[in-house]
Amino acid sequence: MESNQTIEREMRYEGKARRSQTTPTSWFDRVWNFFSSVKVAIILIVITLIAAGIGTIFPQERFIPSASPETYYKEQYGMLGELFYRLGFSDMYSSWWFFLLIAMIGISLVVCSLDRVVPLYKALKNQKVVKNTTFIIRQRIHYKFDVLADEKEQKLSDLKEQLSQKGYQVKQEQDAILAEKGRVSRWGPYINHIGLIIFLLGVLCRYIPGWYLDDIVWLREGEIKKVPETEFYVKNERTFAELYEEDEIHSDDIEGPVVKKYQTDAVLYVKDESTGELKPVHQQSILVNHPLKYHDLLLYQSGFTPVMGSITFKVVDKEKNNQEIGTFTVDLYDMKVDQVFSVGNLDVQINEYYPDFALENGRPITQSQEPNKPAFIFEVREKGQAKGQGEKMWVIAGQNTAGLIDTRYDVDLASINMVNSSALMVRIDKSLPIIFVGAFICFIGLAMGFYWQHRRVWIRWHDQVLYVGAHTNKNWYSLRKELEPCLTKAGFQLPKEK
Amino acid sequence: MNELMELFLFCTFFLYLGSAIAFAVGISGKKEGDDANRRVRRWGNIAVGLAITGVVCQSLFIVVRMIIGGHFPTSNMFEFVAFLCFTIVIAYIVIYFLYRSMALGVFVMSLAVILLAYASVFPKDVQPLIPALQSHWLYIHVTTAALGQGAFAVGFVAGLVYLIAQFGKWKEEGKAPFWHRFWLETILVIVLMFVSFSLTNFVFDTFGYQAKLSHMFDGHENVQEYTLPPIVGPTDGQVLQMDPFLGMTQPLFEAPGWMKGVEAARKLNSVIWAIIIGLLFYAIIRLIAQKSLTDLFYPVVKNLKLDLLDEISYRSIAIGFPIFTLGALIFAMIWAHEAWGRFWGWDPKETWALITWLFYSAYLHLRLSRGWHGLKSSWLAVGGFIIIMINLIVINLVVTGLHSYA
Repeated sequence: MESNQTIEREMRYEGKARRSQTTPTSWFDRVWNFFSSVKVAIILIVITLIAAGIGTIFPQERFIPSASPETYYKEQYGMLGELFYRLGFSDMYSSWWFFLLIAMIGISLVVCSLDRVVPLYKALKNQKVVKNTTFIIRQRIHYKFDVLADEKEQKLSDLKEQLSQKGYQVKQEQDAILAEKGRVSRWGPYINHIGLIIFLLGVLCRYIPGWYLDDIVWLREGEIKKVPETEFYVKNERTFAELYEEDEIHSDDIEGPVVKKYQTDAVLYVKDESTGELKPVHQQSILVNHPLKYHDLLLYQSGFTPVMGSITFKVVDKEKNNQEIGTFTVDLYDMKVDQVFSVGNLDVQINEYYPDFALENGRPITQSQEPNKPAFIFEVREKGQAKGQGEKMWVIAGQNTAGLIDTRYDVDLASINMVNSSALMVRIDKSLPIIFVGAFICFIGLAMGFYWQHRRVWIRWHDQVLYVGAHTNKNWYSLRKELEPCLTKAGFQLPKEK
Repeated sequence: MNELMELFLFCTFFLYLGSAIAFAVGISGKKEGDDANRRVRRWGNIAVGLAITGVVCQSLFIVVRMIIGGHFPTSNMFEFVAFLCFTIVIAYIVIYFLYRSMALGVFVMSLAVILLAYASVFPKDVQPLIPALQSHWLYIHVTTAALGQGAFAVGFVAGLVYLIAQFGKWKEEGKAPFWHRFWLETILVIVLMFVSFSLTNFVFDTFGYQAKLSHMFDGHENVQEYTLPPIVGPTDGQVLQMDPFLGMTQPLFEAPGWMKGVEAARKLNSVIWAIIIGLLFYAIIRLIAQKSLTDLFYPVVKNLKLDLLDEISYRSIAIGFPIFTLGALIFAMIWAHEAWGRFWGWDPKETWALITWLFYSAYLHLRLSRGWHGLKSSWLAVGGFIIIMINLIVINLVVTGLHSYA
């Protein structure tokens, strides 16, 4: 067993000393030795995967429909939820300790690789062709054949021929052969680790100021807004949702309409510094899965909702049996207090406006600037009447206020006109190329490591005996299956399997 | 078109089943002599031929479904589970040509049959694609991820067969480690639950069983249609209509209030049915065979070399790992970036894909150390596939997240 272990270690790094195998003298050596251990790496991986799993038992804070996680978890999930929150699993993926785990894996990747790759490189570069016969016989796959001295040249050249037909690089020195193939497999793990390190560094780059932006902008049709934290302005030309037609749905179980697409036709502008004019620079339809791309800026379709755009009012004369005098339309996004609308022989003025109406201690207030529940105080004057002399009345969307006050004229809601509004997610992520290059390098390394096998065959004729030993870093059966026909074709009788 | 699609699926099912049987026939009978060898080789060719024909048939099924629906069929549970069978069979065919292991074929093809039956439990309609799924990454990402998982599944089966063979050999030597045997038997019973659940569903579906229960959810009235007799009803639910079953005209009890989701009660009902029927089947098998499942399967795998099984299990996982990395993580990140504006968001499905990846990385690193080949390695191969099944079934059906389409 002991000798087997030695040979394993010798095979892997060809007996070359790794830094971690020297006796530690400084604190740096101690840290190095800690992180160079594959066992430590595995423990870090296992801790990370268990923690990541626990984090999915209940939804993370960012996914819960509540702003107060300290009460939410307890109310929704009881004791376990409380524990989940208290132990810090409710926002674990952005916690310091999870970051630390990933960082330690990163360090382990660097140290493990550096510790091994240099000795391995040196060892594989200077391989001896002539090996000790006990070394050959101690290989997991080995054979011994009696070969007379005058046959040996022929046998060795036959074997060389057979092995090179199988794609081996064959070297001969005196009576010894070294055949090798798939060395590329040995570099796979290091390339894969380099890819992972680049990937993790890419993720870190996100913290460089200006490299990452995550924001959202709501735009109604026709609206232009500044894209937050950039030089750009964006206009929503048109936003719509399209439903599947009846004949496009092949299922009887689906009730109600199914959305086929959400689309926003957007134009991107920059402001001319000298004139202050907006110059269009890019125009694109944004769909789910097809964000607008302009240099580093990305705009994603991530919300769609019809909102109140304008309200049409009608004015009636109560003295003439509620006869309609006329209508006027207030654009909720393009209006001013004191604005006057001319309706027939009347002037209607907006005296006060509450976009998001509510009562607080009996006084009208607005809860926000969004027109969720618009309320107005109008003043209706006959033409020529002085300001402030007309009839004043409240109109509140969704509430019937008609006839509450004793007036001659009445302003009523005629219709609410909806306009589509689109949420555009604003993203800049300059580290993406680094991240994806890292990921692909990692894949290439994995493919090299797993789809090739490093196989070596040592053959030596010594004292009327031909020794054959073979080693691979994996898949021994396949190596045996490759080697045995070579031996048979070279005229050797293989021993019967036990 | 629809009939053609169903026909292809039907043929696929029986071709896979036929392949499993052919592998079983091939390894039974006399073991020694040239005659036996020729016979084994002939049945091996027949079995793998059936498997390949099944793959072709399922490809046609996929093509026809694509023509009908206008998109690649990997967008709901039925489609994905069926596709997973497809990749498992492909992965096995590759492994077959590398190692020619027929006993493994019995188990892998049976797993494919079981999963295909399980897939049919889910609604089979072609569903219109919601905007979030309208991307060519839907098939690039899902197919590569599934191919990786297919290879992992073969690794799982090889691990399972290793354990059956090892424990059988130990028993012959008079050793029977309790916990090892207990867990292996448990896993086999869970597989049996999948079989019996699919069968039960098929039987009730054939007889057209129906029950409708209404309940309030999120302030709206909801109607749950049960295809299996409701043992569990929704919390505060009302029976609208229910075919009597064994004299049962209303649910035996209600789902506990803490279970989330509009369909929680129906899903719990499925789980309870799977467990009851599975255990019932298990009891019947034990009564008839007078043997544990482990011992029942042992004769099939008796002649296999343990270190060969170990190598096949490892090789399958090694083949699957780069593909899984590419499909389930790299392509997934690219698509997530295109669709959601971030390449990673710790959505439960994403997190479990990462957990799967970390688990197999740990496995591959452990293979470098001594003492982790063979028994421990086989347990890990089994564990990895359990994680995949958790991600497929539990995360899709129980935990809500961005991937809960099915």
